[in-house]
Amino acid sequence: MPQKRRQSVIGTRGARKRDEDSGTDVGEGTDEWTQSKITIRPPDQLELTDAELKEEFTRILTANNPHAPQNIVRYSFKEGTYKLIGFVDQLAVHFTQVGNLIPKDSDEGRRQHFRDEMVEGSQESLKVALSDIENLEEDEEPKEAETEPGSQTDVPVAEAAEKANEELTTPAQPKERKLTNQFNFSERASQTFNNPLRDRECQMEPPPRTNFSATANQWEIYDAYMDELEKQEKTKEKEKTKTPVAKKPEKIAMRKLTSMESQSDDITKVSQAAKIVERMVNQNTYDDVAQDFKYYEDAADEYRDQEGTLLPLWKFQNDRAKRLAVTALCWNPKYKDLFAVGHGSYDFMKQSRGMLLFYSLKNPSFPEYIFSSESGIMCLDMHVDHPYLVVVGHYDGNVAVYNLKKAHSQPCFRSTAKSGKHTDPVWQVRWQKDDMDNNLNFFSVSSDGRIVSWTLVKSELVCTDVIKLKVEGSSTELPEGLQLHTIGCGTAFDFHKEIDYMFLVGTEEGKIYKCSKSYSSQFLDTYDAHNMAVDAVTWNPYHTKVFMSCSSDWTVKIWDHTIKTPMFIYDLNSAVGDVAWAPYSSTVFAAVTTDGKAHVFDLAVNKYEAICNQPVVAKKKNKITHVQFNPIYPIIIVGDDRGHITCLKLSPNLRKMPKEKKGQEVQKGPAVEIAKLDKLLNLVREVKTKT
Amino acid sequence: EVEETLKRIQSHKGVIGTMVVNAEGIPIRTTLDNSTTVQYAGLLHQLTMKAKSTVRDIDPQNDLTFLRIRSKKHEIMVAPDKEYLLIVIQNPCE
Repeated sequence: MPQKRRQSVIGTRGARKRDEDSGTDVGEGTDEWTQSKITIRPPDQLELTDAELKEEFTRILTANNPHAPQNIVRYSFKEGTYKLIGFVDQLAVHFTQVGNLIPKDSDEGRRQHFRDEMVEGSQESLKVALSDIENLEEDEEPKEAETEPGSQTDVPVAEAAEKANEELTTPAQPKERKLTNQFNFSERASQTFNNPLRDRECQMEPPPRTNFSATANQWEIYDAYMDELEKQEKTKEKEKTKTPVAKKPEKIAMRKLTSMESQSDDITKVSQAAKIVERMVNQNTYDDVAQDFKYYEDAADEYRDQEGTLLPLWKFQNDRAKRLAVTALCWNPKYKDLFAVGHGSYDFMKQSRGMLLFYSLKNPSFPEYIFSSESGIMCLDMHVDHPYLVVVGHYDGNVAVYNLKKAHSQPCFRSTAKSGKHTDPVWQVRWQKDDMDNNLNFFSVSSDGRIVSWTLVKSELVCTDVIKLKVEGSSTELPEGLQLHTIGCGTAFDFHKEIDYMFLVGTEEGKIYKCSKSYSSQFLDTYDAHNMAVDAVTWNPYHTKVFMSCSSDWTVKIWDHTIKTPMFIYDLNSAVGDVAWAPYSSTVFAAVTTDGKAHVFDLAVNKYEAICNQPVVAKKKNKITHVQFNPIYPIIIVGDDRGHITCLKLSPNLRKMPKEKKGQEVQKGPAVEIAKLDKLLNLVREVKTKT
Repeated sequence: EVEETLKRIQSHKGVIGTMVVNAEGIPIRTTLDNSTTVQYAGLLHQLTMKAKSTVRDIDPQNDLTFLRIRSKKHEIMVAPDKEYLLIVIQNPCE
């Protein structure tokens, strides 16, 4: 059949199968099926005779693998020769099937056999019972039993089985055999009683949570590094200072401090910010003033020929110092906006307490530092190198040194009667350069005629009398032969800017003495300056030979210290309280009078008259007591005897600098200034020599 | 002594109110009413932090000294400190 199918329509396959086809018989049942198809003879089919067609070819199916070679030789690299590989698998497997036939003699086979026997045994017993029944029935139908015993025995057996089943239930039935497999594996399952599940929960309080957020900015990184640095430095310092015993009390103290700080919800920490804000608020209020101070230049000066004006800026006053006169003014050498004001009283009858106030231009409404003292302050000076040290001289003759860095309201040094205070008011104090032992020292002059040098040795003031002022020509001879000198009263002094040991002293008698620190008994020179007490003496900041003095005799005089007569004399119609050179020019100075006016002179502009003559204080009864120029800003402060300080700005005319000719270089200040003044002086000298 | 300074500021011409705010933005002391204070404190705190961050980002060695905001009606001045913030509202022109 399948061969005939191949012979049919699919003709291409005929070539290979031809040999097989010729040797087989055609199946019978497919006649109908094959006849429907037309047999096609492929064109290249071999033409064979009938005899050849009927020839039988035998085909043997063997297990030999015809492809497996029998003599393979392989080259062995190890031995370097060709070796015969002996065994090659010659067996070809055509068909495999896994079967389940068990040999009779094996364990499993015996078991099954035994089982079958048991079943047969039961059946045999049934057959025994049935045979009885058969015997009974055989008589009835012997023929039927013989003809078909096979089928009949089945039927009666079936019938008997039903009967026998009823009978045989009581006798022991063969046990139900477990169906075993070859591994004797039987599944055994049992279900335990499941306990009911119960949930048990426990909930705690959630831990307190806080949100934490931070940013990583450049400055935060920088801060972290700086903190690390500080810590390292601190540990280094601690290592250096090895005081284990001292550490414990320190630690305790530190702990106390820190606990204190954390407890008090501190307002004091805002102090810095509060200060800044106060200044800001003031700036806002006095905004226009601040603007004027910085930028306003009086344009009208161009029309005013050569005169100038003083523009009032701020006014400083304090309730506590209301009735005290301003007795001293001093700018701080380091912080150019800070100045000190000493309050006291010039009135001999009304002597009360004194105050020392420090104002800053940044905060006109309230002083930065306040110190009060029992006795009126008459003079003060700030140290150039240590701008926090201030020395004051009192009306009662005491001198005191205040340290601004420390928070005390008391001076750190104070002279007492024992340590040689003056017996009269101290009119002027001045810091000197540090002496050989690097101790600070200052000079003071007083009406008791002594010029005293004080040195700050550790915590004490040591005084040394430098000079005792004597009124020349007044020594009277007592009968015992002693010479009694009338003591002069010093009211003002000033030290030379360059020649350290030389200084000038003005006295109540109107004389000015030129003295030297080294000579204690004799004066280098004497000038008959004024008719009344000399109120102030100042050297010119540029010109080393020139100094100026003012007095209550209404005059201001300018001297050359080599010449006994003054170079210039100015009459101001009122007692002159104070006079000061301008720091920016050698020819400019200001003088204030008791009628409330301020006069500014510029010798280069006008030798004989003031270029500015302006009432500064409001009420006419107000006397101006002191004046000071600010070292850098074009302002002056003026103190009056009501305790007010007014700050004024100098208009451009008052600040004229020498004009540079085109093409010339800008010359340095001091040389120019000196030259300027020299010219003037020479003029005057020429005039004098002529006359 | 700081109290005096604050009192002086408050009594200065044109000052409408002052307040001290701590590092978390909670007002500690104020002269204005509560709602205004809280509002100012919260807003200005954020602004100050931002301004400080800006300044320090540009140069970490620099730091913000104070902040002034001038508006049509008045001027708000903020001075930040390490732990506190001082705010003053002033009417500058009168």
